[in-house]
Amino acid sequence: MEALSIEGTAKTPTVKFNAQDGVIEIKGRSIPENSIEFYKPLVEWLEQYSSSPLDLTQVNVQLEYFNTSSSKCILDVFKKLEAIHKGKSEVIINWHYEEDDEDMLEAGEDYESIIRVPFKMIEIVE
Amino acid sequence: MSFDVNEYYSKLNGDDVLIAYKGNVSSELISNVLEVVEARMDDISEDSKIRKKVYNVLVESLQNLYHHIDVLPPGMQNEYEEKFGILVVSRIKTRYRISTGNFVQTSKIDVLKNKIDKINSMSKEELKDMYKFILNHQRLSDKGGGGLGLVDIARKTGNPLDYAFHEYDDEYSFFNLDVHIDFNYG
Repeated sequence: MEALSIEGTAKTPTVKFNAQDGVIEIKGRSIPENSIEFYKPLVEWLEQYSSSPLDLTQVNVQLEYFNTSSSKCILDVFKKLEAIHKGKSEVIINWHYEEDDEDMLEAGEDYESIIRVPFKMIEIVE
Repeated sequence: MSFDVNEYYSKLNGDDVLIAYKGNVSSELISNVLEVVEARMDDISEDSKIRKKVYNVLVESLQNLYHHIDVLPPGMQNEYEEKFGILVVSRIKTRYRISTGNFVQTSKIDVLKNKIDKINSMSKEELKDMYKFILNHQRLSDKGGGGLGLVDIARKTGNPLDYAFHEYDDEYSFFNLDVHIDFNYG
């Protein structure tokens, strides 16, 4: 399966989804006015990946900012991962936040309480 | 006397203003404003915690405008473009103030007012629950709006949403929303 790779912009994150090593990364800023279009290929890629996932899928989310439009799409991504985790494949979501960014930590905890996938909160110390 | 948007704008646009804008609210405008405000906060070496909050809240405020701006009152259509809004970001004494304004049809005021009053009456914990409920149960509109903007702003600032409606004519009012971010938050 081909990797998904999208370069980041001022309003959209860098995306690297790799089916070979099972590492999925979303990094940067996600603040487009309409996020549906941007997240569609991510959800579709995961849909395809879910038919034959690796034993372990590691998800690295490292967002500096995300808006409420993105928050729903990110939940859609996580729901796909939840479906994979419900199968026999393990999924871990590593949620990164900068040390003084309590809002970002809290956002991760919100998702953790909705999605049945293990989360690991990772503090980035500068 | 009817509400004068230009007079109102000059009153807001005083000292300590990081950016003031009135006109068409487009996606490009939003990008430019964010860039300018980020650079201004960099210039004054703003505390990174405050900087993040201001940026986040500014994104939501601008995109709320972008998604919800109504058509202009007929009397103003010659002077301004369709997606007309006002934005003033100020740094005053102990807080940042993000002021936005746009015309709304007077018939829609009650719904908006009730929504804001409800948000303002909620505790931090209740806002969190409301946010999670909307996140998990409501679908995005075609435009990408999620109905979460105001809840998110209230949550992140910990302050009530300060609003006013000014009557413009029989059909239209001007909606002003002031959002405050305290320096000593949390």
